Amino acid sequence: MMTRKKIFEKIIEAVIYASGTATTIVVLLIVFFLFREGLGLFRQAPMQKTYTVAVHPQNPVRQLSIDQLKAIFSKKEKNWKTFGGKDQSIETFSSEDIEKHLKGQDLGEAFSKLKGLVTTYAQNKENLVVVMPKKFMPNKFVPIPTEHMSIGAFFGGKEWRPTSEPIHSFGVLPIIAGTLLVCFGALLFAIPTAIIAAIYLVEIANKKVRNIINPFIELLAGIPSVIYGFFGLVVIVPFIQKTFALDMGETALAGSIILGIISLPTIITISEDAIRSVPRELKEASFALGANHLQTIFKVIVPYALSGIVSAAILGVGRTVGETMAVLMVTGNAAQMPSSFLDSVRVITSTVAAELGETAQGGIHYRALFMLACVLFILTFWFNLLAEWIVAKKTQK
Amino acid sequence: MSQSKQQKQTIVFTTFMVITVLVSAISIGVFFYIFFNGISVLSWGFFTGVPENGMTEGGIFPAIMGTLILIVGSGLVAFPMGILAGIFMNEYAHQNWFKKFVRLMTNNLAGIPSIVFGLFGMAFFVNGLGFGVSILSGCLTLGVLILPIIIRTTEESLKFIPDDYRLASYALGASKWQTIWRVILPAALPNIVTGVILAIGRVAGETAAILFTVAAYFLPKMPTSIYDETMALPYHLYVISTSGTDIEKARPYADGTALTLLMLVFGLNLLANWYRKRLNKKIKV
Repeated sequence: MMTRKKIFEKIIEAVIYASGTATTIVVLLIVFFLFREGLGLFRQAPMQKTYTVAVHPQNPVRQLSIDQLKAIFSKKEKNWKTFGGKDQSIETFSSEDIEKHLKGQDLGEAFSKLKGLVTTYAQNKENLVVVMPKKFMPNKFVPIPTEHMSIGAFFGGKEWRPTSEPIHSFGVLPIIAGTLLVCFGALLFAIPTAIIAAIYLVEIANKKVRNIINPFIELLAGIPSVIYGFFGLVVIVPFIQKTFALDMGETALAGSIILGIISLPTIITISEDAIRSVPRELKEASFALGANHLQTIFKVIVPYALSGIVSAAILGVGRTVGETMAVLMVTGNAAQMPSSFLDSVRVITSTVAAELGETAQGGIHYRALFMLACVLFILTFWFNLLAEWIVAKKTQK
Repeated sequence: MSQSKQQKQTIVFTTFMVITVLVSAISIGVFFYIFFNGISVLSWGFFTGVPENGMTEGGIFPAIMGTLILIVGSGLVAFPMGILAGIFMNEYAHQNWFKKFVRLMTNNLAGIPSIVFGLFGMAFFVNGLGFGVSILSGCLTLGVLILPIIIRTTEESLKFIPDDYRLASYALGASKWQTIWRVILPAALPNIVTGVILAIGRVAGETAAILFTVAAYFLPKMPTSIYDETMALPYHLYVISTSGTDIEKARPYADGTALTLLMLVFGLNLLANWYRKRLNKKIKV
């Protein structure tokens, strides 16, 4: 009887220990799956999976980089001489051109006649470069090895055109710039406002006022982000459109306003905790030296609570960077380099949310979006660690 | 000299007060805007009907049911594990590197953006384990999303239980688990429940995490198994306000949906607050 009880106790203990490791396991799983899908981006060429590049056998060019291909297909480079070939103009052919060049021809069931038709079309065109699925490549054309998507092209690329054919562009600079702009605008007013509110609530307001205001701050934190997005869409966006006489009000400014509001309660509550933890003796000592309340706040309380306030601000940054629905609904999502707060911008989260639904699983676009999520994960993970480290350092002292 | 010091203080304090009042005014503003626009739309038919005419009018019953299903399902995933993990943190773990590490991981999990959870759910539950876009995948994703909230509130509630309780129980010959099950948990339960309600509120409003794991654009019939997709209130609001067939015409319908969602989340918050207050009173007596 006694042993049975002991065994039961041991089992319970094991279950509890296992549950204790749950969050660690989840974090590891998240890291594993995000990066497995995301890093695959750099093992593929930035075009559709089955596609290859090929040139006419008489063309001496046997190597073309992704950038060169992009230049060729966007008609920026027009002569083979640039790439070490003969002095002749470049002609291009990709899946998009089937309609143009083989118009009215019978392609057969499931494109069974396509290869033949393309071969007829291409065989005498020495200056032709073709990007097509392998099985439709014209006979005798020489395949050119394609480079994988490079890390530099992802993080340093200025163009985000995930569906441009035949070569996709996955440069995240416009998206990073959009994220920075929106978050910067949000925090510019949210951080000072939140710190002031925290100081007021802890130090200045009496208990009655605090009890009235606190539920509103909690409400602010409790409203789902999709409601903020809806509110932004029907109130703030039209307001901005009217005020600045724009064609559309979905701008970085709208995103900043909404994100600022969303990050307020996070920064307020954590700053409040920091300010509340200032020892009473410090305050009393300051009063005893003849300082008034205002001086005490700025010379004693804020400096003492600074590490907590800074970590509150950092967590606020993390909150704004990771916010998805509200930004998605009010910023217009144009993937371009923003030049002002009145431009439509696209941030990391909204890019993922808006585009992932339309991608093929395992495709390059899918992987590029997972890579973006990895960036997001690393950023927020880093912000959390930083915030905790700052507080831990202070406690050690 | 002293007078100007005093004046300066008054000016600064007043400014601070005005700013703080403005902050609370934002929440009042958002709340009442949604309330007064949506209230005229709400009716019995709105809650019990299905979307009609390309989701520009009709009711939101499937979305309400979907959200309730997600609440229950994610609760089943997260509550047992989260509460056990909270017990581990406060009752079993020793003050060592492992506890610190687990705490770090829990805090970090809490800070991960919900869209990242959505992608993880898609890669792991939907594709990896082959559950597909389904209620099962959605509940598991939402479950891990609220796990840190449950763990933290459980741990905090257990911390409040005085050690006398534990010692008294041990003195009576109870084992560790008996003590936790019979003494500690019942005493901490009300506070844990508060945390649970807040977690439910989070699930009710969560959108990004369900985009790719469970949410259906339009599905007027009730799901029949955990492998079905379902509509959900927050996703429904997103869809009808951004990508519906006729957004202008659907405005009143969207207003009603927004108010329903807000009432659900707000109601849960009120419930948690009320419960906490009632409890604090009880403890004082």
